[in-house]
Amino acid sequence: MTAEGTRQEDGSGGGVLLDVRELKVEFRTRDGVAHAVNGVNYRVSAGETLAVLGESGSGKSVTAQAVLGILDTPPGHVTGGEILFHGRDLLRMGAEERRRIRGTRLAMIFQDALSALNPVLSVGTQLGEMFEVHRGMSRKEARGCAAELMDRVRIPAARSRVGDYPHQFSGGMRQRIMIAMALALGPDLIIADEPTTALDVTVQAQVMDLLAELRREYAMGLVLITHDLGVVADVADRIAVMYAGRIVETAPVHDLYRAPAHPYTRGLLDSIPRLDQKGRELYAIKGLPPSLTAIPPGCPFHPRCPKAQDVCRTDRPPLYDVAPGRASACHFWEETISERGDRR
Amino acid sequence: MGRYVIRRLLQMVPVFVGATFLIFVMVYALGDPVAALSGDRAPDPATAAQIRRELHLDQPLWQQYLHYMGQIFTGNFGTTFDGQQVLDKMGTAFPVTLRLTAVAVVAEIVVGVTLGVLGGLRRGRLLDSGVLVLTLIVVSVPTFVSGYVLQYLLGVKWAWVSPAVALGAPLDELLLPGCVLALVSLAYVTRLTRTSIAENARADYVRTAVAKGLPRRRIVVRHLLRNSLIPVVTFIGADIGTLMGGAVVTERIFNVHGVGYELYQGIVRQNSPTVVGFVTVLVIVFLLANLIVDLLYAVLDPRIRYA
Repeated sequence: MTAEGTRQEDGSGGGVLLDVRELKVEFRTRDGVAHAVNGVNYRVSAGETLAVLGESGSGKSVTAQAVLGILDTPPGHVTGGEILFHGRDLLRMGAEERRRIRGTRLAMIFQDALSALNPVLSVGTQLGEMFEVHRGMSRKEARGCAAELMDRVRIPAARSRVGDYPHQFSGGMRQRIMIAMALALGPDLIIADEPTTALDVTVQAQVMDLLAELRREYAMGLVLITHDLGVVADVADRIAVMYAGRIVETAPVHDLYRAPAHPYTRGLLDSIPRLDQKGRELYAIKGLPPSLTAIPPGCPFHPRCPKAQDVCRTDRPPLYDVAPGRASACHFWEETISERGDRR
Repeated sequence: MGRYVIRRLLQMVPVFVGATFLIFVMVYALGDPVAALSGDRAPDPATAAQIRRELHLDQPLWQQYLHYMGQIFTGNFGTTFDGQQVLDKMGTAFPVTLRLTAVAVVAEIVVGVTLGVLGGLRRGRLLDSGVLVLTLIVVSVPTFVSGYVLQYLLGVKWAWVSPAVALGAPLDELLLPGCVLALVSLAYVTRLTRTSIAENARADYVRTAVAKGLPRRRIVVRHLLRNSLIPVVTFIGADIGTLMGGAVVTERIFNVHGVGYELYQGIVRQNSPTVVGFVTVLVIVFLLANLIVDLLYAVLDPRIRYA
């Protein structure tokens, strides 16, 4: 099965914070059942950053929503698996107990801060609310804490801006407020769902750096959901690549970049534009991700895979242990991993 | 903000002049007020001419209009043909209608918003469908039908409430007429609230509120309701003007001596000063109600700023 955390920073201990086991989520719609998550396994230890990488529809966000318990139900339903947080299964907890964990020990950063923040409440109110509800503070105390938080995420003139509304901030500042909201009560684990996708490239780097820095400072675990390989390299300790609702490869970040053990990961890496190959046509994985209502039998990636053999069409590959802390769901991982350099 | 209000007030002037002039023309084109004054007998021509001169009826219409407007702005709404001050009539009629409207608006808010929120939160369930069917029925039944039916059932047959309202229009007797007056708007408020709640319930910021671990009650009241009620509040605000002027049928049914009743009497008896005076005030009420709604909109939604 998947690997242990390979790096532990800040001596914050290697206790497993989050252990997702064989998680299955489906969406029951009028057009049929969409199998969004089909047995996902991953672990995040304290102080570790796990990047979950995948295309749209690979199930990375749905997994996160299931972990937090904010899945749209209906149509979404968790149909199997366990989500262990500090060793306790979140799926077996009562609604009230789960609510108390949300925001206090387990927090989430959303992609588009403009729509994720309430347009008619001031940011001070929305940040302060966390302290009012979970810590029983008075409105005035909570507002003070809100201003402090805004200062922590380096919003200029924080104190004078607590009364401002989300639309009065720039995109980057709004995302900082989202981060502040997640940090508010010092959670053990933050799930960031494409935290920089809606931002300008220059701002993306700032926000990402801030997030990484605060994660270190608070010694939190971080699950970073993204489709952007560029974002991942500097920040993540480990990467889990998702495809069609499954993890297809998991590895320490540098190992994965150096020698991917799954043809899909290889394809993703090859499709990054590179300065030293200017002028050449950019590589693209052929075909489209499968429809979640009709996932191909065997290896779900086989229709798009340059290495596909007969066995791929019939047998779904398990997650093979490739090396300590590495796993790949490819029948031909040995071949893939030994291919060095550029395929083109 | 201040400049916006001033601009809006200035914009009201042409609307006010246009609306009142039209009413003035229509009412005075209806018939000869002097003939109406003298009843069935033909008036003595010399007396008629004198009355015309006294009432400025011999002047061209636009001069009459200017003269009338000039008087209104000094607070003189004129005298009815039976010798009563129009202002006195307004003094008794408007408070009655205002109370009736207040009952109606409270009913809209309490019943309409509550049903709308419950329906919106349980979209597609039995309660929601039931409310939708009920509102459809209410909207399609005219007030003079629902009014008479409710008056007969509640007032006459079961005698739970007084079927007619006494002269002073005490608040408890206005409950049934107020609800009848509110009925159609109430159905609209219910539907508007329901749609708005159902739409906003799927918004990202509601999901954020859930992810923050807020209790459901707080999510609904502080986050969902606050956003969903913006269109509802604006509807109710604009409706106040309509309710005040549109109470003619309801006031007739329940014998409420309010604005609608006086207007009806004025039209039937060709009592032009009453009609023009009351309508003029209603135009002002309507315009102000709309201005207040627009200002309220900016208070409720901080994204809207008037400059």
